[in-house]
Amino acid sequence: MRKIDIVIKGIVKENPTFMLVLGMCPTLGTTTSAINGMSMGLATTFVLILSNLAISLIAGLIPNKVRIPAYVVVIATFVTVLELLMKAYVPSMYATLGLFIPLIVVNCIVLGRAEAFANKNTPVDSALDGLGIGLGFTCSLTVIGLVREALGNLSVFGWKFAEGDGILAFVLAPGAFIVLGYLMAIFRKMTGKKA
Amino acid sequence: MEYLIIIVSAVFINNIVLSQFLGICPFLGVSNKVGTAMGMAAAVCFVIVLSTLVTYLLQYYVLVPFGIEFMQTITFILVIAALVQIVEIVLKKISPALYQALGIFLPLITTNCCVLGLAIMVVTKEFTFGGTAPHMLNLAESLVFSLSSAVGFGLALVLFAGIREQLELVGVPKAFKGVPIALITAGILAMAFMGFSGLVK
Repeated sequence: MRKIDIVIKGIVKENPTFMLVLGMCPTLGTTTSAINGMSMGLATTFVLILSNLAISLIAGLIPNKVRIPAYVVVIATFVTVLELLMKAYVPSMYATLGLFIPLIVVNCIVLGRAEAFANKNTPVDSALDGLGIGLGFTCSLTVIGLVREALGNLSVFGWKFAEGDGILAFVLAPGAFIVLGYLMAIFRKMTGKKA
Repeated sequence: MEYLIIIVSAVFINNIVLSQFLGICPFLGVSNKVGTAMGMAAAVCFVIVLSTLVTYLLQYYVLVPFGIEFMQTITFILVIAALVQIVEIVLKKISPALYQALGIFLPLITTNCCVLGLAIMVVTKEFTFGGTAPHMLNLAESLVFSLSSAVGFGLALVLFAGIREQLELVGVPKAFKGVPIALITAGILAMAFMGFSGLVK
């Protein structure tokens, strides 16, 4: 497989949100605006790349029976690194995303890629796979955030394109479910995937 | 009275699935049948209360005295994973019937984000219930809060399973089959739960 294909398949063919339906909690919980969704996506990408890289390096050393706990510890380590970095450099974003940063540990995407890709591929390929899946996740979160922000707040990336208040429900909980449901249906229609 | 407010607010107003977005994976994954949903809900209740108890004690008697709060995420996830394993082993020995009923759901719970989410929430977030000043929860409040959040999870799961059983029988456009229509249904359910929001200030 060409290197670039590994990255691209994560964005469309194996898009974690719309195709694999993984990592739904942050997808719904943090996409109140485009910028929040994008930050959450990038934070997850950071953990994905590093954990995929580390796991593919040590995969040979871990006995098969304890591999899942071992992966979880590796992932939790990188999440802690991310937490400390975000607290130091972007404290306001850390406060906004809040609970969902430590919860990257239990994001099924990260553990899923470790189990499905990183433990049987080379470190470089694994890091690229992390990048691809991470970018796919970031794209979908940004799009969901964009739609919710546009409908709920009449703004795009914080820039207001019209006067008024928008439909509040789209920023609140119900809007998250409904927007994601419609986007997923559109994405499936476009890529021709049968449910 | 305060405990009653905690229960109402955790079950209905700030429902963990429909307004906090924790535990969405099992919510979408195992909510096809009411029976399965109930099994999952019971298993989650059990593990959540137990893990909140253990992580609460760990936080205040180990992590804080030693000044290593940054280890929180790693410690908590390991504790939860170990706890789930122990519960599984103990149940198998003591109550094979219960193990039969909960068995397949137990391993799934480790990666259920509402367990870790609640464990972190009770030790890091300040709460205010019914006009009390914002404060960190004490042990009893934490347990009541986590139990009622788990009940809220179960309620959402069972309600949703009931709706999805009906949904199976109707004609849905091809692109909406499966997850998309489930998400839209969940959105409408979340809207219904928003109606509770005036209940407690």
